[in-house]
Amino acid sequence: MNARKTSPASGTRDGKRARILLTPEGLSLPITLAPRGARAGALIIDVMIIGGALLAVFLGMLWMVTGMLDGTSFDPDQLSKGAAEFLGILLTLFVFCTWYGYFLVQELGPRGATLGKRIVGIRIAARGAARLTPEGVIARNLLRDIEIFYPLVALLVLSQMAQSGEDIGILGWVMTGWFLLFALFPFFNRDALRAGDIIAGTWVVERPKARLAAVLSAQGAAANAGSSEVTGVRYEFGDAELSVYGEKELQTLERMLRDARPEALAAVHATICRKIGWDPGAGDERAFLEAFYAQLRAKLEGDMRFGKRKADKFS
Amino acid sequence: MKAPVISSWFSRGTVAAPPDIESAALRSDRFRLAREADWKRLEAILVRMEKGGLRRIADEDLIALPALYRTAASSLSVARETSLDAATLAYLEALVQRAWFQVYGPRQGFERWLRGFLLGGWSRAVRALWLDICVALFVMVAGTIVGWLLVADDEAWYYRLYPAGGGDPRVPGATREQLLETLGHDERAFGLAGFAAQLFSNNSGVCILAFALGFAFGIPSLMLLVHNLALLGALLWLFNGQGLVVELAAWLSVHGTTELFGILLSGAAGLHIGRAMAFPGPASVLESAAAAGRRSAVVMVGVVIMMIVAALLEAFPRQLVEDTTGRFVIGGTMLVFWLSYFILYRPAPQDAG
Repeated sequence: MNARKTSPASGTRDGKRARILLTPEGLSLPITLAPRGARAGALIIDVMIIGGALLAVFLGMLWMVTGMLDGTSFDPDQLSKGAAEFLGILLTLFVFCTWYGYFLVQELGPRGATLGKRIVGIRIAARGAARLTPEGVIARNLLRDIEIFYPLVALLVLSQMAQSGEDIGILGWVMTGWFLLFALFPFFNRDALRAGDIIAGTWVVERPKARLAAVLSAQGAAANAGSSEVTGVRYEFGDAELSVYGEKELQTLERMLRDARPEALAAVHATICRKIGWDPGAGDERAFLEAFYAQLRAKLEGDMRFGKRKADKFS
Repeated sequence: MKAPVISSWFSRGTVAAPPDIESAALRSDRFRLAREADWKRLEAILVRMEKGGLRRIADEDLIALPALYRTAASSLSVARETSLDAATLAYLEALVQRAWFQVYGPRQGFERWLRGFLLGGWSRAVRALWLDICVALFVMVAGTIVGWLLVADDEAWYYRLYPAGGGDPRVPGATREQLLETLGHDERAFGLAGFAAQLFSNNSGVCILAFALGFAFGIPSLMLLVHNLALLGALLWLFNGQGLVVELAAWLSVHGTTELFGILLSGAAGLHIGRAMAFPGPASVLESAAAAGRRSAVVMVGVVIMMIVAALLEAFPRQLVEDTTGRFVIGGTMLVFWLSYFILYRPAPQDAG
């Protein structure tokens, strides 16, 4: 019954990324998987935020230690060991909690997205119609370490070692291979899952957002049974004239009417007039199109109620 | 002259009042206008829920949410059959999807989840992994024996396992006194808390690695276990040479019963995922991996808690309690505690919500 897979209003929706979500009520909802580039961008933003926060805290602590040194007239031996140790513990725990907590707490929240994901407009969701569980969120975030950060850190260390003249053998290539294997993982499956998504049973989708647009048939010529407010002419189309177009053209016309650029409307007006054999006038295009839209939609929706659908002008 | 203007200043994001239902020429638009108020109300509730916390939402709104969600869902399925208004359909699809995320989203807050986790969820998850735990335990014991045998066979292996321990007296050929000294308590008792924090961060990193490596069919997890326990075997061999193995065991047992248990669990969790992916059984690989991943994630949260406990034990009692019996008592108590928590503690599972 719900054959419509993508709604034409969101024509940008990439067909390869469109999925159908079946709710427990049996309703099929179209969802769009997040593009891989957006996910990479979100991760970069998140890492930058974490890095910035850690750096700020570290500098703050450094400042405090400097203050303590000041108090001891720059003699490190007189430095209060307890205070320094306390700062050390604080830093270690802060790093640990930030690193794992940042992703966990935010993805468990009602938005299901970290700050970076929110900025690029994506969120995590359970695959299929399952519920997102805390366990799933934990699993997907624990795996991020071996996917990205562990090999990167190892590579960094290895390159340092290589620069200082140590022989690292093939270890560098092994680590590069490891990194590439996981970084490119999303390119080798249909749903763009990374390893953590597989383990957690999640995927990343675009966050839906749409504003409720105005009611077209309650404004302009559509509301006044086809009469133009400018000229007072009443546009009325016959059955033959209305059966030229189908749903696809109707919804294109709807988009045009909503976006409303006069030059574009004039062009559409001319095209429709040519098609139905009317003589295109000028100056009253909007009223004409509104009337045409309302009457075409009334006809197509009337047919729909009897189970007759006309997808486009060719059918 | 009915809608008072003032009210629009206080309500957030107000839009122009919708036109009268009668003014719409089309039946499908009249259908929409009649239900629009409900959709708008649902959207307002969703915006507040997404902004954070259920606390900011009035009780009646929260009670109305499921009903509003079903209204929107049924509106959508009717609209799909009767309306050709693409903008309304797109709006409804997005609205129902957003509502679905909230209505069927994670229902428990972190706090409630943590309570369920401590009161039964953790030990249940550990018991579900019993087979993997047995395998991991076997591998760990084998790793210890391998480490011992390797070093006993050729002392060069000791340096390969502990590379370049400059200044560390724990090398082959060390005297009994030198070794005994490493087991003694630390004079610098003030450094212990910082030491504990470092240990915790380091050990949980290793455990998370052991877990995450399970993704490669569990084999790297097992290799990590073998490597870590081979170190232990080599150490045991070294101290055995001077007849100090009991003292070493006591020294290790203080935190080791907790820490090794945690490493065992994380290795088992990794193995569990690897096994589920290699042998998914009747389910698909993806489903099987996801189910195993969620089970072992619970275990991993527990492992992090165990690492906190182990680090505290390692830093304080181990360095402060010096006598062998006392150390054994602490270590043994912890082991008994963990075993009884995981095996004997079986509360009835509460509604997961």
